[in-house]
Amino acid sequence: MEILLEAKNLSKEYVKTTGFFSRTRTSIKALDNISVNIKKGITLAVVGESGSGKSTLAKSLIRLIELDKGSITFKNRNMRTINGDELKGTRKNIQMIFQDPYASLNPRMKIIKIMEEPLQIHGIGNSATQYTKILSMIKRVGLVEGDLSKYPHQFSGGQRQRIGIARALILEPELVICDEPVSALDVSVQAQIIQLLKSLQKEFGLTYLFITHDLRIVRHIANEVIVMKEGKLIEQGKTDIIFRNPKTKYTKELLASIPGNLSKRK
Amino acid sequence: MKNNILEINNLKVFPNNNSRLKLVKNISLSLKKGKTTCIVGESGSGKSLTALSVMQLLSSQLSMSGNIIFENINLLNLTKEEIRKRRGKDIAMIFQEPMTSLNPVLTIGYQIEEAVGVHENLIKTELNERVKELLNIVGISTDRINSYPDELSGGQRQRVMIAMAISCSPKLLIADEPTTALDVTVQAQILNLLNDLKLKFQMTMLFITHDFGVVDDIADDVAVMYQGEIVEQGRVLNVLKNPKHPYTKALLGCVPDSQGKKDLKPIDYSALKRAMG
Repeated sequence: MEILLEAKNLSKEYVKTTGFFSRTRTSIKALDNISVNIKKGITLAVVGESGSGKSTLAKSLIRLIELDKGSITFKNRNMRTINGDELKGTRKNIQMIFQDPYASLNPRMKIIKIMEEPLQIHGIGNSATQYTKILSMIKRVGLVEGDLSKYPHQFSGGQRQRIGIARALILEPELVICDEPVSALDVSVQAQIIQLLKSLQKEFGLTYLFITHDLRIVRHIANEVIVMKEGKLIEQGKTDIIFRNPKTKYTKELLASIPGNLSKRK
Repeated sequence: MKNNILEINNLKVFPNNNSRLKLVKNISLSLKKGKTTCIVGESGSGKSLTALSVMQLLSSQLSMSGNIIFENINLLNLTKEEIRKRRGKDIAMIFQEPMTSLNPVLTIGYQIEEAVGVHENLIKTELNERVKELLNIVGISTDRINSYPDELSGGQRQRVMIAMAISCSPKLLIADEPTTALDVTVQAQILNLLNDLKLKFQMTMLFITHDFGVVDDIADDVAVMYQGEIVEQGRVLNVLKNPKHPYTKALLGCVPDSQGKKDLKPIDYSALKRAMG
């Protein structure tokens, strides 16, 4: 299978200074020598507790965070050395869906503006073709034309997450990074969004990097999974195999803490 | 009645300025002594309002009618002062957001001490002893007694909230989505802690959640709420294995199971409406 993104030996350390004149330095390894390959067309889930470095990993892949060490190759381009237009062009191909649908949409922009912005930034089409594009995308995620002239606060959490998805997909990316896209949502809405993400993946041939701490969702959406703890990669492999036969103690612990598995914990 | 510690009869909650709009529509629920009852439902189904009405902590914009009978006393007939004496002592509550429910500028030791001091007449050293005992019970090391809430993790903060809630050995503990904001592993720890405490102190628990996985772990009885009504209630095994009401079936259909085998089915509200008549 073709490899879309290859990350090798990624390391990132956060240094915290405290004390008088900030002379005491403590450092936290958010990423500790992590290597990941993302194959084209699959869903790779990243699981771990809060503070395990999953979001740092996601952000470093699109260079929202500069790494200390390591190399990232996306479609034969070295993500760590490219700059300017080339970086911009590559970022168009990697889009992100965020956790909090309330905080990730500008409250003072109408939906049409929110959707237009990425197209304008990347100079795609004229205003007429942009509009048809936006309209078909917004309909695809289950909203209607009238919604384009509304503001984010007029929508429910699930609808806002649909807008977030539409905004990410309007640029026709190949890799979509989903950072806990459903953990702020109700179970029933969560099921809707997961079904939507799955059907969009089929339709557009998307590759997902799916960050979550809910292992039940991983089983539903991911082909492969990596388990992280304190910046280290603990275990990786096919979802079915890891769920059926976890190798490390930490993965077993995670699996046992899934709600509905109390009997296994005791 | 003998085995029931709390009985809610025909509870209605409505806004002051529009009494025809019922947010909680005529629900009745009884809690068996020493058991955990879960209320499950989506956001907006009225589960938190039900819990808040028991504590009589509803917003001043809302009114309620009906009977809430706690140990043969109708809570709705009590004066504010009588309610205040029971709140925190006989009936305690844990909230969803451990960060926003703790005061960020006071140490956790002070805050637990305050909770104990309101209801029990103890001198300073006794108070201090009691606080340490409580921290031990919920599994926080006693040298954290002078820590501020922001120095603790989410799970530890929730443990502090639990310490405050059980500080006066309440007979009824109401937990409003206490684990929703927490990580799975921490969630599992907190659920185990609550279960142990329930058995140790023979508390009755009213547990509010939207996650059927959590219900499966912790509940003895379950009540499913939809649009302000209880659509189904019963023993947890019966309801989960053999749901009768179309809404319960639909809600169970969209919960990912621990094996991950079944397909997720989002709720089809129009089909549900037809099925419910």
